[in-house]
Amino acid sequence: MTALDNSASEALPSGDGSNPVTANKNVWERLIGNPTAVFSITVLLLITLSAVLAPIIAPGNPMRVNPVHRFTPPGAEYLFGTDNLGRDMFKMVMWGGRTSLMVGLIVTGISMSIAIVLGSISGFYRQVDVVLMRFVDGLMSFPGIVLAVAAAAILGPSVSTVIVSLSVVLIAPSLRIVRGQVLVVRELQMIEAARSVGVPTLRLFTKYILPAVMSPILVQASFIFSAAVLGEAGLSFIGVGIGPNELSWGNALTEARNYIAKAPWIVFFPGLALMFTILALNLLGDSLRDILDPRLARRR
Amino acid sequence: MTPDKHTSAASDAAPATARPTLEVDRLNLSLKIDRHVVPIVTDISFSIAPGEAVALVGESGCGKSITASAILGLPPENATVTGKIVLNGRDIAGFSKNERRKLCGSEIGFIFQEPMTALHPTLTIGHQLTDTLRNNLGLSKKAAMDRAAELLDRVGIPRPRDILKGYVHELSGGMRQRVMIALAISCDPSLVIADEPTTALDVTIQAQVLDLLEDMRTEMNIAMLFITHDLEVVADFCERAVIMYAGDVVETGSSRAVVDQPVHPYTRGLLDAVPHKDGSTEKLTPIPGTVPQIGDWPKGCRFAPRCPRRSPQCELRPEVEPTKRGQVRCWHPLEETVQ
Amino acid sequence: MLRYIGKRFLLILPTIFVPLILVFLLLRLSPGDPAGMMLGDQATVDQINALRQELGLDQPIWMQFLLWLKGIFTLNLGDSIFFRKPVIEIIPSYASVTLLLTLVGLTLAIIFGVTFGLIASMNRNNPVDRGVVGWAVLGISLPEFWFALLLVFVFSVTLRWFPVAGYNPPSAGMIAFAATIFLPALALGIRQSALMTRMMRSSMLDVLNEPYITTARAQGLPEKKVIGEYAMRTASIPVVTVVGLSASYMLGGAVTIEIIFALPGLGRMLVEAVGRRDYPVVEGGVLTIALVLAMLNLLIDIIYAYLDPRIRYQ
Repeated sequence: MTALDNSASEALPSGDGSNPVTANKNVWERLIGNPTAVFSITVLLLITLSAVLAPIIAPGNPMRVNPVHRFTPPGAEYLFGTDNLGRDMFKMVMWGGRTSLMVGLIVTGISMSIAIVLGSISGFYRQVDVVLMRFVDGLMSFPGIVLAVAAAAILGPSVSTVIVSLSVVLIAPSLRIVRGQVLVVRELQMIEAARSVGVPTLRLFTKYILPAVMSPILVQASFIFSAAVLGEAGLSFIGVGIGPNELSWGNALTEARNYIAKAPWIVFFPGLALMFTILALNLLGDSLRDILDPRLARRR
Repeated sequence: MTPDKHTSAASDAAPATARPTLEVDRLNLSLKIDRHVVPIVTDISFSIAPGEAVALVGESGCGKSITASAILGLPPENATVTGKIVLNGRDIAGFSKNERRKLCGSEIGFIFQEPMTALHPTLTIGHQLTDTLRNNLGLSKKAAMDRAAELLDRVGIPRPRDILKGYVHELSGGMRQRVMIALAISCDPSLVIADEPTTALDVTIQAQVLDLLEDMRTEMNIAMLFITHDLEVVADFCERAVIMYAGDVVETGSSRAVVDQPVHPYTRGLLDAVPHKDGSTEKLTPIPGTVPQIGDWPKGCRFAPRCPRRSPQCELRPEVEPTKRGQVRCWHPLEETVQ
Repeated sequence: MLRYIGKRFLLILPTIFVPLILVFLLLRLSPGDPAGMMLGDQATVDQINALRQELGLDQPIWMQFLLWLKGIFTLNLGDSIFFRKPVIEIIPSYASVTLLLTLVGLTLAIIFGVTFGLIASMNRNNPVDRGVVGWAVLGISLPEFWFALLLVFVFSVTLRWFPVAGYNPPSAGMIAFAATIFLPALALGIRQSALMTRMMRSSMLDVLNEPYITTARAQGLPEKKVIGEYAMRTASIPVVTVVGLSASYMLGGAVTIEIIFALPGLGRMLVEAVGRRDYPVVEGGVLTIALVLAMLNLLIDIIYAYLDPRIRYQ
């Protein structure tokens, strides 16, 4: 569905929206009881911690070159080895995670917020819906990374360009999910009743719609997060992402591919960090869906 | 419906002279659930003569459909089946999976409850019919098509050649069930199992489908196992009835006798719980309580917890005793058993 | 059926125009003058004005939009600033590489996905199934450019089974072509095959519970036919519907893969054009990808209608 990352498409709108309004009180308890969820949360916590604590765990400028120590294999001195400029790969992985995760977090926040607003409008107003859904169709079937590349051409590679373009291309799948859920919820009797006695739409939205769409949004957020991290890495890898002066896992791999025969560890470690992040986010999304929507979970 | 059309053929006991088409002897089926072996049906015995219709009656969850699946040879994967299933003189219970599969369709026809879902949604009617005919009878593509058209014509479907090219969703409910019947009888089976074949249909269509089944049965001398919860249908359509409760056969006998003068309190309860079609104003009395969870059968007499005639004796398991017109498994039957 | 195709065609139009309009708006509404950016710092004011006129940038925005639309419909996509040739002449050779890459990748993804999904569903909840499900979760999380680098390291650098990079067109012989296309296609197809594995597995498990499968068995059809024809026929429908998305994803992924393996494809062309600020080429590339996807999606809709007759009547 998203062209940028269609693993997000796995979280389809939960059709009849079982139990849409009542809040899931013991979600946390059930998360703790789910081994996959515990694993993914642990991995995510470790990755986040090492990114946040990078200045403490791996102090010093990660971009500092040290030509004397270039291509040092992983060992006691350099845990992950050094790259072609003698930069410490361990530092680069730790510090690179900061940008990767930050971009992922901001993109998720922006695109999900827009999706919630537009999706709710789409679910409530038929006329807007027709236009918006055609737009979503168009956006979803086109590879988002190509659009992001084009955006980089025009706006120039930078962190903010990546955030803007990824946020835009990742709106579509979430928008569709929110809209589907809103369409279900608005037909519920209590909403009909509230409407008929003239409860303002905005209040309806905050009081009933938002809580109801929370579960699918939470699931979707994990997948969007992973799509955003992956998208940023891909863009930065080909040099149209955050730009050469910043550091992320994708950026760290850009140069690495030229030295793959000589120093495979330069390729290995940033990619491994990236894969673990995406794996953990996908697993979290899967287990969240299992917990929040048992009807879908049965099939997996 | 014409009641008692077959009284001549329907002797109260199974005819001793003719070899029965199907003989089920102490059939047991248990399911393995979470490493526990749960008995589902116990000691089911009955037989069906050629051309005879026997009803397997009971509420949902009593094990009648799973019994049918065991006879067909397609029980659930986690099931263990023991006992004898004798089809035309051969005990097929010990047959391999493949040998059983070969009997399906050719010697045993099966009619499902919901033809909409039991027929393939994206293959044409003709495709499904000819697959069966070609596989079981080795017909050529053309011969199978001709035979399929003949079959549809026979079950009362107009323009069979067109219908063969169509899909199940294009047909009405009654037509779908006619196709299902055509499929079941396509290879001249000696036994047809019909699992609630009219439950999913409109009342007006039900009678037509029952008539069709009856015609097929008499014309082709098919032994029919008719699974239903509708005692009304049993009296009109079947010679004999086997009443099941919680995985047990509780009463067998001629269907007239079972409906008119039930011997087991459960059968009585079933009859009192449905309105009579003569419109009598007798009060409907539902059976108190509910059917136990499948496999979680009570000890002793399984009906005892819901039975108005229960006594301390019912803690023990009753044996099957002969009655004037059949058999019953009850300590306190409504009519004395024949000692 | 014709009506159905017509309807699908109308629904597919946004697929072509939404990305194009986004790129159009980005180009025209972005701060800075495209003409100035295209020509670089050394350009004189006269040169910039000449280009502005040539590109129609001196017109009001709605007029520009109409001119742009006209350009698309007459396939007049402008001239590449770098190659000094019409865009329409540049694109085909690049497009053919990307199409072949995507096609091979898609084929690999479908073959692996359907096979593994089928194997898993036949072995429900035993170690084989769990192994396949585990692999699928891992596969979905593999960044394909990283996986591509690992493939290069193992098969090209260490084992030397394949060239490290480069491209031989099919005209150079199938073996030469296969040698250069296999690793890129595998890298590109890996996530999609994992997705399809999951999809096939869950769809097959659903279908195996359907009453019509029991009917097929009850009719005495051999298990091979029941699974291979009766179950596969319906279980493949959801997989077919995701092929369009997979293709779209792969056309995006082709950007990184083509760069890693030095394949002269659309993705690499696009990134290079971005570097050169060659906007007509960027627009042409986006249009080509959109058109390819639109045609593919239409084809999938037709296959879908063939597989599921119910859809034709809606």
